[in-house]
Amino acid sequence: MYAQMVTSEATQDDPQKLAQFQARIDAGEKIEPKEWMPEGYRKTLIRQIGQHAHSEIVGQLPEGNWITRAPTLERKAILLAKVQDEAGHGLYLYCAAETLGVSRDELTEMLLDGRMKYSSIFNYPTLTWADMGAVGWLVDGAAIMNQVPLQRTSYGPYSRAMVRICKEESFHQRQGYHIMMKMAQGTEAQKKMAQDALNRFWYPSLMMFGPSDKDSVHSAQSMKWKIKMNTNDELRQKFVDQTVPQAEFLGLTVPDKTLRWNDEKGGYDFAEPDWSEFFEVIKGNGPCNTERLAARNKAWDDGAWVRDGLMAHAAKKRAAKLAAE
Amino acid sequence: MKHEWPLWEVFIRGQHGLNHRHVGSLHAPDAEMALKNARDVYTRRNEGVSIWVVEAQHITASSPSEKGPLYEPSESKVYRHPTFFDIPDEAGHM
Repeated sequence: MYAQMVTSEATQDDPQKLAQFQARIDAGEKIEPKEWMPEGYRKTLIRQIGQHAHSEIVGQLPEGNWITRAPTLERKAILLAKVQDEAGHGLYLYCAAETLGVSRDELTEMLLDGRMKYSSIFNYPTLTWADMGAVGWLVDGAAIMNQVPLQRTSYGPYSRAMVRICKEESFHQRQGYHIMMKMAQGTEAQKKMAQDALNRFWYPSLMMFGPSDKDSVHSAQSMKWKIKMNTNDELRQKFVDQTVPQAEFLGLTVPDKTLRWNDEKGGYDFAEPDWSEFFEVIKGNGPCNTERLAARNKAWDDGAWVRDGLMAHAAKKRAAKLAAE
Repeated sequence: MKHEWPLWEVFIRGQHGLNHRHVGSLHAPDAEMALKNARDVYTRRNEGVSIWVVEAQHITASSPSEKGPLYEPSESKVYRHPTFFDIPDEAGHM
């Protein structure tokens, strides 16, 4: 998902306190920032929320790529609004992570030097305007699958951030599908572009949910703590079941020859993505990893004088105000 | 040189007649910028008619471990609720 392969941290706390903590979670209580929590819970959450926040921020890049080349002024305004939302989502999540005792600058630095990850999906390029449709439809669609249940997560600030995000996310997916509809109903060339975008984004979107359950050994603890609400495979299946009819409506073909409705399980059978590709992208060897991190580092370095200048200005104004009193 | 912008808590009045409500936080160098950033981060869809920002370090919060002693005194005072008093229907609406 936006947070992939977050391993739960081991916890070495007083067993009695741990049991009380678990009882609160089982009873559906929310955990709030200043309350006692196991060290492992706190650390796992910092990693997960941090990774989610980084994904929102880095996720602006592939779409930002098309703002100046949007086909109409209206599409440009819509895309700008969407990319601005992604920045907002990143900020809500950073604030939630900060309540766990990590600073914003620390989080940023961990992204910039590669200690923290962001979702593998944003390491793929956006080659044509149809990709803006595919990203909104598939990537935001996959994100929603994960984020809707996370509104019920046990950590209060994370849950509240998710509620805000989910309210705004539906616009993102619908604008993407709207682009796809226009392209799919357009000229032969436009339809081809739409199909090509679906072909390139299908498997990377399936990878967003993380490796298969049989290979994700760390989910059990996170699910017990209610910081992960569904398994990777459950969400992936739900996503495929929802998306295939949408592709059919567009008259496009999902690039999977094995795709078949399975009456018995009430869902589609589908091919798994190439997991070796996924692990390569996570390791930093995807098509755009270097470019994305370089863009974030450049923004941080080039912005340093603005951050420092505004602080100096604020200090000067404070001093002048004090002198006037 | 390293100085992170301070943290501000943001409160928004959703519509006329309602209280300001905490919606989240953000970083800004001063109050003026905090207001501007709050406008951009928290009211992109007409969520508010008024914004308060306060630097997080100026907020004093009760501690979760005090929850018991802090609120217990009111638990035994059931007579503070109107339903404690049985008034016959014949007395009319009250």
